[in-house]
Amino acid sequence: MTGKSLEIRNVSKIYRIGGLIGATKIAAVDRVNLSLSLEAGQAQVLSLVGESGSGKTTLARMILHLVQPTHGEIIIDGMNTGGRLSRSQLRIFRRRAQPIFQNPFESFSSRKTVDSYLFETARNILGAKSKADAYKAVDEALVNVGLSAERVIGRYPNQFSGGELQRISVARAMIPHPELLVADEPVSMIDASMRMNVVNLFKKLRDEFNVTILYITHDLSTAYYVSDRIAIMYRGNIVESGPSAAVLKKPVHPYTELLLDSVAKIGEKWGEVVRLPDMETKEYGYVGCKFAERCPYVRDICRKVKPPMVAAEDGREVLCFKPVDYEDVEQKQVTK
Amino acid sequence: MIRIKHLSAHYQTVQGTVKATEDVAFDIFDNEILGIAGESGCGKTTLMKAIYGNVEPPMFIASGSIELEVEELGEQKIIPNHEIHRYWWDYISYIPQASMSVLNPVVRIKDQFLDSYLRAEVRALGKQALLDRMAAYLQELELPPEVLNAFPHQLSGGMRQRVIVALATFVHPKFVLADEPTTALDVVVQRGILTMLMNLQKQLHNTFVIVSHDMGVHYQITDRMVIMYAGKVAEIARTDVLFERPQHPYTEMLINSLPRVGDDQQRAGIGGRPPSLLNPPGGCRFADRCYLADAYCRQVQPDLVEVEPGHFVACLKRAPSLALTTTESSHRGDAGK
Repeated sequence: MTGKSLEIRNVSKIYRIGGLIGATKIAAVDRVNLSLSLEAGQAQVLSLVGESGSGKTTLARMILHLVQPTHGEIIIDGMNTGGRLSRSQLRIFRRRAQPIFQNPFESFSSRKTVDSYLFETARNILGAKSKADAYKAVDEALVNVGLSAERVIGRYPNQFSGGELQRISVARAMIPHPELLVADEPVSMIDASMRMNVVNLFKKLRDEFNVTILYITHDLSTAYYVSDRIAIMYRGNIVESGPSAAVLKKPVHPYTELLLDSVAKIGEKWGEVVRLPDMETKEYGYVGCKFAERCPYVRDICRKVKPPMVAAEDGREVLCFKPVDYEDVEQKQVTK
Repeated sequence: MIRIKHLSAHYQTVQGTVKATEDVAFDIFDNEILGIAGESGCGKTTLMKAIYGNVEPPMFIASGSIELEVEELGEQKIIPNHEIHRYWWDYISYIPQASMSVLNPVVRIKDQFLDSYLRAEVRALGKQALLDRMAAYLQELELPPEVLNAFPHQLSGGMRQRVIVALATFVHPKFVLADEPTTALDVVVQRGILTMLMNLQKQLHNTFVIVSHDMGVHYQITDRMVIMYAGKVAEIARTDVLFERPQHPYTEMLINSLPRVGDDQQRAGIGGRPPSLLNPPGGCRFADRCYLADAYCRQVQPDLVEVEPGHFVACLKRAPSLALTTTESSHRGDAGK
């Protein structure tokens, strides 16, 4: 593909669980395909939603070059970052993609002033030559997140609230003017009264600075609020993806349906009881659909054959037999 | 029932005394699910520890008390807070925050429970009989009884939490305190656990106290709610009333701040942060972040005022108190300046 983009092609990450003997293999991410344009003017927020163990964090860490994929390619602007990178390649990569982590209280050491992280990023990644240049870059980034250098420099993490610290992490990530921000559960540790300040910041960055944001979360309501596109993950597969309003207002995959039903909403009480998995690790090993055991619409074929990725008109894709009428697809699979 | 009488529980630290809860007063009734909501640092966990009678340094009770009313051998007794620990598990049990990581990783689940809180039952019934009863109890709650033989790491987070909730209610305590029971869990598992809690309460007719910062959780399962802010009670009401007509601006904000699926309204967080509890302000503690506040709010501490039966609010604007100029509050107001 030409132009700037993030291409995830058939990426898997397989972990071994257990000791030397009797170890089981788990595909934390199982043959995932995803592509995101990073072209100027096309910036968007993509939410990656799933429960713990769905592989969303593993996928994010692979995109950030913190974990190597077992199979497949991850290509950012034509550079394959799936394998080893040289020092100079790494520097280029870090200018393109920057992380924001979950717990702002852990991402800053309590013994260092927070500005040291900002200046290090300005020097090492942006490549600021002089102190004045670095200061300018840091101040600019802080102003963009609603803070200022005066308020931040010389202070320690315990002098900020969680919301402020997370905004400082966003400012740090924005210093090298990246094309892609990967934010892993950025608001889950932040109090409700300050959460929206951070979430609104993502919208602002997308609109004003043209940065594409991969927003990883298990919270459907902020995902709905902030994102243009959404991808729902379950046990290593993306089971449904598409425009977030369409997917969340009218889910097609039974798992998306279950997720939406399970949100502790205000104004609408829960209906009947849901079925919870007994032994979750087993599900990774299923040959067919990994949601089969919990799915209310399950048929025989779902347990035997991996479901197809079905495209729908509204731009969404669903990994399920149900929308294509179980039977037909089975025959196609057999004749192949 | 449990009576919390003007409780102030503080922490002694190097920097000074952290006034984690101050002058908290409300009752916890029999046969209800009571929710305590508020953000980190508002004193909810401190309050839970105090109710459970688990007061250890640096925490101490500066003033006030907690009374647990129990029925023993057909007699009503009132237990003061320093003796509550004698009624642990039988009358009152506690599911701590991050209870998923409190289990010993190298001891099987069943042994952790048999060796700690079920010792009296083991003596009375014998180990095997008790294990059979535990297995039956788990089955009743639709949990696989095999989990008793598992090591904690073999279970997923959600399963561990369900087992802990199940076993904490095994001897049918009258009061179960649960501190953020579903916080680290996914929505589907959260729903499963909360539904299980609700069903248990219906079965046992006991009292659950649920601490959570998630207003959705409270809406789904609680009967009555206490909203806390910076160590003080802001509002108390029946859950349906609280969501229908919240009076305290902070409660309004808690309910309205987060977006909902299908709702395209723009939302904003609120600026500022809760005051330091080392040296809390003299007036209303929410004043600096409140859209209603004026100079008066910054000087005078609001009292809890009953605005309708069972609905209490501590706000000078929404529920002007009759005793605004009590010596106590004006004194504190001066000290804070």
